[in-house]
Order: sequence, then C-alpha cells, then structure tokens
Amino acid sequence: MNIINFTPLSALTGGLLIGFAVFLLFAFNGRMAGVSSIAANFILKRELRVDNSLFLIGLILGPTIYSISGANIESVITNSIPILIIAGLAVGIGTRIGNGCTSGHGICGISRFSFRSIVATISFILTGIITVLIFGV
Amino acid sequence: MIRLISLLSGIIFGLGLTISGMVNPQKVLGFLNLFGEWDPSLIFVMVGAIIIFAPMHFIFKRKSRPIFAKEFQIINNRNIDKKLLIGSGLFGAGWGLAGLCPGPAIASISFLNPSILIFALFMFVGFFIANRIEKNI
Repeated sequence: MNIINFTPLSALTGGLLIGFAVFLLFAFNGRMAGVSSIAANFILKRELRVDNSLFLIGLILGPTIYSISGANIESVITNSIPILIIAGLAVGIGTRIGNGCTSGHGICGISRFSFRSIVATISFILTGIITVLIFGV
Repeated sequence: MIRLISLLSGIIFGLGLTISGMVNPQKVLGFLNLFGEWDPSLIFVMVGAIIIFAPMHFIFKRKSRPIFAKEFQIINNRNIDKKLLIGSGLFGAGWGLAGLCPGPAIASISFLNPSILIFALFMFVGFFIANRIEKNI
C-alpha cells in the first residue's frame, strides 16, 4: 500500500461544511440530509417535493458557485457506458434497499451512533474495496 | 424559511463535496483502492462532517421541535437485516465501479458530463426499481 494524492486539509474543510449543511437541515427543518432518500422521495413521493427539489437544486448549485470563484474543479470519469448503467442501477437500487448512502448512513447515522448505520457503512466500504480490487481503478 | 434552509443546506453540502474533492470519482476510487495506491482523503471528509454533526445532533435532538419545522422526523429503525446488508453491499459495488455515490452524482450534474449524466439517470431508474421490488426482499 502506497499513499498518494492525499489532501487532508481540503478533505477536512469540505467535510466540516458538509457537517454544517447536515446540521442546518436537522436543527431547522428536523430532517436528515441523506441524499439518496431525498432524491428518491423527490421522484416517488408528493410529500415535501418542493423542499426536496430545493435541496437537490442547491446540491447542483454548489459546484457551480464554487467555479464562479475561478477555481478549477477536477472530475474525471473513465467508465464505458454499460458499466455506467450497471453502476448507476446498483447505486440506485442498493441505497434504497439498504435505506441510505454515504451521507444517510455514513454521516447522519454514524453521528447518531446508530449501530445499523455503522454496519451499513462497513458493508458498502467493504464491497467498494472488493470491487476496486477486482475491476481496478 | 423551511424552503430557504433546504436550498441553503443543499448549496453548502454541494460546496463541501466540491472543496473536499469528492465530486471527482477518481478521488473516491483512490480511497477504495486500499490495496493499491491509496488516497485516505475520504476518511477526513467523513470525520469532518461527523465532528460537526454528532455534537449538534446530540444538543438539538433534546429540544421539543426543530427551529422552523413542527417536528423532528426521526428514523428509529434498528434492524440489521438481510435488506440492509444486501442493499448496502450492492450500493458499495456500484460505488466501486464508477466512484460515484448519490451526493456527488447529483452535485456533478452541474458539470454536464455525459458519463455522469448517464450514471445519474440510471441511479434514478434504480430508485424506481427498488420501490417496486423492495417488498419482495
């Protein structure tokens, strides 16, 4: 194991901002900022659709606002179309069957000391590591 | 005001994902590449978010209601069942294939990169499929 591209300071800064965003939604609106739940509810449920869509619009505006500052945002994706389709379906189906993703289980759940979320987070990190081990980066 | 918080939380969340580099699938794959050239940054993102939200959640959950909304929407599912493990495992596999989870996938819609748009589209298709098959698992 070699450590490369490690950016602890920007990672921590971004993480603190995400924590603050999750805190805002909980303290003011009483809701958990699990992105897969919010996105799925936005398409499947009428209830809170405006709130959910505003959160998602905000999420899309985030990188846009950041790029106005002139900073360059790196985003590289190299997968073929069939793999993108399989991966998208796996993430969509998996997060709903498992009731959460990196934000819902990984951040919100662990912050609440939910054992269920800790098990979920270990599970998806583990299968993620195994997938990269098999298919490569 | 609830709607403003939803938008603001989304924007800050999106900024956090951008600053931390998590909108770059290569950075996420670098974290999952534990047995190759490893990039531990993602851990710092999660720790940053949790050190903000864990204490804030502890303080605010004791209040009778959120600042703006009428009540807290608290999930108290403690079951560690087949659904949680299958769902999270499947999510991790998709995450490991493309390096995208729901938050960064939606934030990255702003880049208008066709590969990411295909992933995001099929993630939403996955939400629909999960909604149909969930009861049979």
